[in-house]
Amino acid sequence: MALADGEEALPRAGRFFAFTRFRYESVVALAGLAIVWQIASLFVPHFLFPSVPEIATRLVEIFTSWNSLFDMLATSARILAGLAGAFVFGTLLAVPMARSPALARYVYPLLNFNQGIPALSWVVIAIIWFRGTEFRIFFIMVMTTLPAFTFQVLDAYRAMSKDLFEMTLSFRPTRLDLLRTLIWPTVLPGILTAWKVNLGNASRVVVVAELVGATGGVGYELLQQQQVFDMAGAIAWTLVLVIFVLVVQGIITLIETRALRYRAFAEHAL
Amino acid sequence: MPPEILFERVSKSFPRRDGGPAFEAIHDLSFAVERGELVAILGKTGCGKSTTFNLISGLIQPSHGRVAVQGHDPYADFAWFRGKIGIVFQNDRLMPWRTALENVALGLELNKVPPAQRREIAASWLDRLGLGRHANDFPHALSGGMRQRVSIARAFAGKPDILLCDEPFSALDEHTGNALRREFRELLRATGATAIFITHSIDEALWLGARLVVFERPARIAYETTLRADMSEDEREAVRGRIREVLSGEVAAVALDR
Repeated sequence: MALADGEEALPRAGRFFAFTRFRYESVVALAGLAIVWQIASLFVPHFLFPSVPEIATRLVEIFTSWNSLFDMLATSARILAGLAGAFVFGTLLAVPMARSPALARYVYPLLNFNQGIPALSWVVIAIIWFRGTEFRIFFIMVMTTLPAFTFQVLDAYRAMSKDLFEMTLSFRPTRLDLLRTLIWPTVLPGILTAWKVNLGNASRVVVVAELVGATGGVGYELLQQQQVFDMAGAIAWTLVLVIFVLVVQGIITLIETRALRYRAFAEHAL
Repeated sequence: MPPEILFERVSKSFPRRDGGPAFEAIHDLSFAVERGELVAILGKTGCGKSTTFNLISGLIQPSHGRVAVQGHDPYADFAWFRGKIGIVFQNDRLMPWRTALENVALGLELNKVPPAQRREIAASWLDRLGLGRHANDFPHALSGGMRQRVSIARAFAGKPDILLCDEPFSALDEHTGNALRREFRELLRATGATAIFITHSIDEALWLGARLVVFERPARIAYETTLRADMSEDEREAVRGRIREVLSGEVAAVALDR
């Protein structure tokens, strides 16, 4: 048992060290950026580089005002709803593509074509096609983030081990059991990666969509700051979005750590 | 009473990707296995042993002829065989995201055995195979021999009527392989399951098999014999020599020594 305990202790210590190092390096990097910004604010006109305390004050104001909090939550909800929609539709598209190579040959070019369409074009199209603001933003989010979900799920499905598939089939599972016991765990890493990649994209797209068509949200607030030339407000609202993305990224990483804990790790990295 | 496993003039061909003539893995193969029999199928690599295995397990269907297992078509009546066939593959084929216990419990879970009961059964099989302390370990933390033990436990845990084993010990070192063979034979005796054991090792077949079937390419029976428990070492050596002759191609005609 002593050996087993020792083997367990090493990875735990390693994980703790990795976590503390990550936090330490992140703090140092961000503090360095704040210092450089603060120094620049001493030599550059205020409307270009407002001081760090001023930005911090605006950030606190956002988090302590109900109206600002509502804008922040509205944008967060739009991002999550758009990603959830893209995930569902992307997965529903990926599964038949994985099962039918003929269908995949037709759908692939459409997805690649979609990849080439700028987010701003989808904004214009959504404004022309649809009435409701929320549906417009949802549509834009889905259209811009769907291909990444489809590609990731499709690749994960195709990479599924034939050996494991045959082994599971030998127990004669129902379709639902096959999905639950084999397919879902196989595609889960790909889905988590897609969420992480798409989260950053979605936060950029939602701002563009809100800039043009919304009467609330971070994008709308950024537009207000631009109109009054308030750089501190623009930076503070941008930071709100960054904080949201970092929090969700952290949650996804926690899920990933828990769900993929079975993976072996090498003590030496390449 | 119909045989447990029946092959009637079975052929199996696989189309080639380059459009060339189909590859015939099995040609006009007929044989029967009775309930409770342990049959070792021997043959060189590529002689159709694994294709035969896949036909019995219902993973593929024959191009011609009929395969029946317990009177049913294992390919067409796929769901009917739930819980009736256990398979030990050449490689362990453990799900990396499941612990040893969860891997053993897989077949029970798919057979809708209640969670508490399947955990109990899986734990007892792990104990039986000396892996009780590793129940909560993931496969990457187990050695090759331990992983193969888990896969054997997984196959036995559902109490299948038929066990199919595709060279399950070929990737293991001699010592581990011998230990597992001993355990495997004892488990088979204890459960009374019908077993098909595919191997390319003459010694393994002689050690395990009550009945030996030697295939030649494309899978057809080139030699078949039944071993008696009271066989002398000389008699066993004669069987061994005969199998060697067949496998080396020195015996052209089909010989049946039943």
